[in-house]
Amino acid sequence: MTEPPDKLRQLLDAAGVARCLDEIAAAMDARWKGEEKIALVGVYRRGVPFARALAERLRARGREVDFGKIDITQYRDDLQTMTVLPKLEGSELGFDLDDAVVILCDEVIYTARTSRAALDELLDFGRPRCVQFAVLVDRAGRELPLQPDYAGIRVDLTPNERVSVRFADGDGRDEVFVRPWPQKTT
Amino acid sequence: MSITPRKDLLDIASLTNEEIEFVLANAVPFKDLFKRSVKKVPTLKGQTVLTLFYEPSTRTRSSFEVAANRLSADVTHFDIESSSVVKGESVLDTVETLESMRVDYIVVRHKQSGTPSLIAKNTRASVINAGDGWHAHPTQALLDAFTLREKFKDMRGARVLIVGDIQHSRVARSTSLIFRRLGMNVSYLAPGSMMPRETPEEVKLFGNWADALEWKPDVVYLLRVQSERMDEPFFPSAAEYHKNYGLTDARVQILRERGLWLMHPGPVNRGVEITDQGMNYEKSLINQQVENGIAVRMSVLYWLKPGAV
Repeated sequence: MTEPPDKLRQLLDAAGVARCLDEIAAAMDARWKGEEKIALVGVYRRGVPFARALAERLRARGREVDFGKIDITQYRDDLQTMTVLPKLEGSELGFDLDDAVVILCDEVIYTARTSRAALDELLDFGRPRCVQFAVLVDRAGRELPLQPDYAGIRVDLTPNERVSVRFADGDGRDEVFVRPWPQKTT
Repeated sequence: MSITPRKDLLDIASLTNEEIEFVLANAVPFKDLFKRSVKKVPTLKGQTVLTLFYEPSTRTRSSFEVAANRLSADVTHFDIESSSVVKGESVLDTVETLESMRVDYIVVRHKQSGTPSLIAKNTRASVINAGDGWHAHPTQALLDAFTLREKFKDMRGARVLIVGDIQHSRVARSTSLIFRRLGMNVSYLAPGSMMPRETPEEVKLFGNWADALEWKPDVVYLLRVQSERMDEPFFPSAAEYHKNYGLTDARVQILRERGLWLMHPGPVNRGVEITDQGMNYEKSLINQQVENGIAVRMSVLYWLKPGAV
């Protein structure tokens, strides 16, 4: 279902998303200068196209990049309270994680509970040399002490707003917008 | 696809096609987990799974226990042999005790059909039927379907010949049903004394191997001959059963020539329903059934939720 346009507030258009991706890829390239290879791991769902877009940019810079995805559903801390269960997508890391430089990629960080689950899961695959974290949108409101190493934009929203990210790879267009999000009444 | 959790798994008949699909689809990532160095996820951390087996079954019980362990649940076995049950405690008294222990999942096997359902009605815990009488064995059916799905891109139209004591087999009942629900063609080969009185119209019935093989099955599914039946007048002797209905070496050769898959729920009676050569048959799926049993049971535990409707 598409939201009525007047309820949506655009934070980034396609050009804005592209600019953020370019900046993040450049920052990763500079940070890991001299490193033979880095690995990008997208957190399912939209962390995957985000990671893929960054991998393309890094490869265009001549850098070798491993790529993987993780589905954190089995590591969620709210499974017992969910009224609808998601189908598991499964995780795929087609490279050896031991001693790798890994950058976890997700489209948004907010409470950091997803990031915590992603980190827990990643470490069950092996022992990377280093793990960093990249997001397109860093939203204020952490419930856990985790911070991204790379972020496209930073925003502070009210609890009844939600950040939605679309990627051309899967959604048809690159865009970031804010939409109303009904809060549970207690 | 997302789905509402269910409280209990008592049989195949009450499952929707979407629920079957959900359990089978999720078993794939659970099976992928077995390749990792850490074969464990925190999905059921803090939950307690209790195995309540009124009939002995090392394999099914171990399979559930491994599945629950890999989901990080705490697993406890309620030891019937040394419990008050042998002193005459009723099933519902036992359930009341388990309620006080606040277990979250109860895996039940009982020789009486309907006991898991009775327990489910009297507990908040999720109940999984691990085999009740002649009635049902839903996780065996789900793991059988999962195993064949790994071999057939499209199961619809594929042919499965189920051989043995159909009448007294909860495996045959549940497995035959799920195969048909997934669009497969099912036939039975059994002695007259072991053929059910009533069978669905679409299930073909055979009394001998020659006719059954004429039907051109893709899969032969052997049932275990229950040892207690050997003293009952359902067939003259184990040797006679083997000769007429077992997978003899000559029949293994036919399976090999035709490239048929072979299944068996285990444990096998060597020399009765199958020979040593049959056990070494290269297209036997018996070991895969065991491995897949853990993944499918993990998927079932992921789906069920204590207290759900």
